[in-house]
Amino acid sequence: MTTADVLMLALGAVAVGAAAAVVTTRQIVRAGLWLVVALGSLAGLYLVLSAELVAWVQVLIYVGAVVVLLLFAVMLTRAPIGVSEDLDRSRWPGLLIGGGAGLGLAALLIDAYQWSTVDLADGAGAEEVGAAIFRSWVLPFEVLSVLLLAALVGAIVISRPDVSARVGR
Amino acid sequence: MEPGYYVVLAAVLFTIGAVGVLIRRNAIVLFMCIELMLNAGNLALVTFSRINGTLDGQIMAFFVMVVAAAEVVIGLAIIMSIFRTRRSASVDDANLLKY
Repeated sequence: MTTADVLMLALGAVAVGAAAAVVTTRQIVRAGLWLVVALGSLAGLYLVLSAELVAWVQVLIYVGAVVVLLLFAVMLTRAPIGVSEDLDRSRWPGLLIGGGAGLGLAALLIDAYQWSTVDLADGAGAEEVGAAIFRSWVLPFEVLSVLLLAALVGAIVISRPDVSARVGR
Repeated sequence: MEPGYYVVLAAVLFTIGAVGVLIRRNAIVLFMCIELMLNAGNLALVTFSRINGTLDGQIMAFFVMVVAAAEVVIGLAIIMSIFRTRRSASVDDANLLKY
């Protein structure tokens, strides 16, 4: 077992534990904070995979922006900060369906890779990733910026009640 | 590197997220579970990119992250406006298209 394997197993255990805590905790704010742990350990896993730029973007976008947005939403919807009991539906159908899907997925992937070993090429830095984005992936990149603009405008229109009221009048 | 570990970890994380979406009721916790599923997909993409020695998987992971950020913004705006009319963030209460 190499150092990378040990690191991967440790970070993977942290990620799975934190993800399970997100799903099972009874306090919404704590679920958000456990999500930070899960996403952070996934960023560590990207580092172990020597995908450095993905790891830092993960920290910036997910830990920095998405979780903060989620916590803002928790505060704005005045969700109970303490323990809330009515968070769950009946759990057996969900557990059955989700567990079945997970088992199928895992069986498929294990069958595809058969615990084989792959020799890794050198990891690519930000320079190579940037070159690839702006050469072969530049059209999806531009479409994505239009998507972000549409999401921005859409969020403002949806969340401001007075805008639609004024248009309707 | 043994890709088996990574893809199994991705499958486990995806399963946890999917079970969470099925059994939780609060819309914001549902969003967190969707983020978990998207991250499991990203982990698989980055693993495949490293196996193949190309960068395409990593770039797709970037795109998934950006689309996920846009999705969170729109979703939270919808949750806000549902909360304003229904006074609840539970997905079981939002059972009408027009209020």
